[in-house]
Amino acid sequence: MKDPIIQLKGLTKYYGPVKAVDELNLDIYKGEIFGLLGPNGAGKTTTILMMLGLTDPTSGTAQVCGHNATSSPIQVKKKVGYMPDSVGFYDNMTALENLLYIGRLNGVPEHELKKRSAEVLEIVGLSAEKDKKTSAFSRGMKQRLGLADVLIKNPDVIILDEPTLGIDPTGVRDFLALIKQLSRQQGLTVLLSSHHLHHVQQVCDRVGIFVSGKLLAQGDIGGLSAQLFGTNSHITQISITKPIPQSWPLEPELKAWEGISQISIRENELEFTSDRDITAGLVRFLVEKGYDVIGVNQKNYGLDDIYQKYFESNSTKNTSYEKSIA
Amino acid sequence: MVHKEIADHIRSWRFAILIALIVLTFIAAMYVSLANIKSAVGNTKDPDHVFLYLKLLTTTDNSIPPFHVFLSFLAPLLGISLGFDAVNSEQNSGTLTRLMAQPIYRDNLLLAKFVSALVIVSGLFIALALLMIGGGLVLTGVRMEPQELLRILGFITITIAYVAFWLSLSIMLSILFKQAATSALTAIGIWLFFTIFYQIVINLVIKSFIPDPAYLTQDQIISYNNFILNLQRVAPNQLYSDAVTTLLVPSVRSLGPITMEQMAGAIPAPLPFKESVMIVWPQVSGLIASTVSCFALAYFLFMRREIRS
Repeated sequence: MKDPIIQLKGLTKYYGPVKAVDELNLDIYKGEIFGLLGPNGAGKTTTILMMLGLTDPTSGTAQVCGHNATSSPIQVKKKVGYMPDSVGFYDNMTALENLLYIGRLNGVPEHELKKRSAEVLEIVGLSAEKDKKTSAFSRGMKQRLGLADVLIKNPDVIILDEPTLGIDPTGVRDFLALIKQLSRQQGLTVLLSSHHLHHVQQVCDRVGIFVSGKLLAQGDIGGLSAQLFGTNSHITQISITKPIPQSWPLEPELKAWEGISQISIRENELEFTSDRDITAGLVRFLVEKGYDVIGVNQKNYGLDDIYQKYFESNSTKNTSYEKSIA
Repeated sequence: MVHKEIADHIRSWRFAILIALIVLTFIAAMYVSLANIKSAVGNTKDPDHVFLYLKLLTTTDNSIPPFHVFLSFLAPLLGISLGFDAVNSEQNSGTLTRLMAQPIYRDNLLLAKFVSALVIVSGLFIALALLMIGGGLVLTGVRMEPQELLRILGFITITIAYVAFWLSLSIMLSILFKQAATSALTAIGIWLFFTIFYQIVINLVIKSFIPDPAYLTQDQIISYNNFILNLQRVAPNQLYSDAVTTLLVPSVRSLGPITMEQMAGAIPAPLPFKESVMIVWPQVSGLIASTVSCFALAYFLFMRREIRS
């Protein structure tokens, strides 16, 4: 495997007694799109800030592009483009002026600046709006201008904090497609944080699940679901016409089937959890017993379930804690 | 960066209003002093009567205060208004994070904020001074003493240093407080405290423990007087008005109490420029020191601060 471009070792951050990030170890390799997934307040932004040297870790180190982010943040910032979650622009300046300013701060030579900014505006599709004041920009346009802002410095790594927040679904799709395309074309490493699973699922090569400061799991989505659900990873949902009575005579019979580990019944819906694919057999069985099957749904594990699974363990802990307070 | 900050200031309404205010004051003060300049210069009893241009700046018929006294009120306002939202407005609009993610040092941001405001203020005051000198030349045709020019430039320099103090104070407050309104109000509060309440407080406190002057020797009275003056000099506006008065009125030879023995044999004549500077040097260095310490504190607060939007 290639050398990691972002390497976090034992990264820890305390805010007073609260541990925001807890012994985080993470390697991100060149050219991949990594999704940092977690609920609000999980410490995603704090981790990103530490990678950029915008806040100091309590302990541990963050190496980005071969530089220590805490001791030489300037070197890191030259290579890394960061788009904050609520990106702001100078309202009294036009989009182009905002962009030129950032370009100048990054030391882009004056004669290249015009060309470069025109290029990146073209990439993000804002060429037509470049002379509008940014105060008139919609959220999605600001987000795209933010991306232009990041691209003008020609970065090796792009860090996007909640890039999909507050944009409409088409906007999100376009934006993510843009990111994916950029990453593939220019070999950019992208780290994006989000609490939106579907967005992450669409573009990320690998994801890390991040809950209350801890990285619970990382890997690609298939790997994650195997890691999490083990062999019990087949769920079959069957809907039938009539509601099923409270004590269902067929239940013990089905439970005796090999492979079924769990059956749950909700009125006219049945859900079977098993360690192998038994959908066809189940349907045949039910039809033979005289039930009218109107819907069969075979469930594959998506990020949603993975996420849910992690949250379950986390939220039960939280509620018990709240109860003990009450 | 400085370039952009200056452009920002110049385009803003608040700056236009302040400039208008100061220019208006300047015109009013000039008008009054021009109306009275004849009697002031003709008054041969006054040792300063030969300095026409200094008289232009200080003469008044008591209907309005002279320009430098006006400035001791307005300069803080100028400094505060240019600095009170320097950092926190950027933070609130989310541009600070964006800026800090660029490969620039953090101190560059603070320096840019400070220097740009200072450049503007210096430009403004130098322009006013030159206007005044030029106008005076055209209107009276009197030749200007080199000393006068030096004194006026000294006055401008001290005024800029005074604005710089309030500027650095307000920038520091803008780092300290998240809301622009809070920092503005705090800065104005400090300004009001020093211009109005500080003297009242000192008077109250001193009155409560000073013994009856009738029972004191002269030395004791002088030492008490000096003590009170030193307390007053904690206030930057006191420093400023001391320094400026000495520079603009050449016959002022001491800022503290003088005994009769010291006065004996003194001819009421203007001091040379160098001597005036010697008298105000402690004041000037005090002003600069407080500016620097405010700025250092701002620096300290900002450098290791976590930037979140």
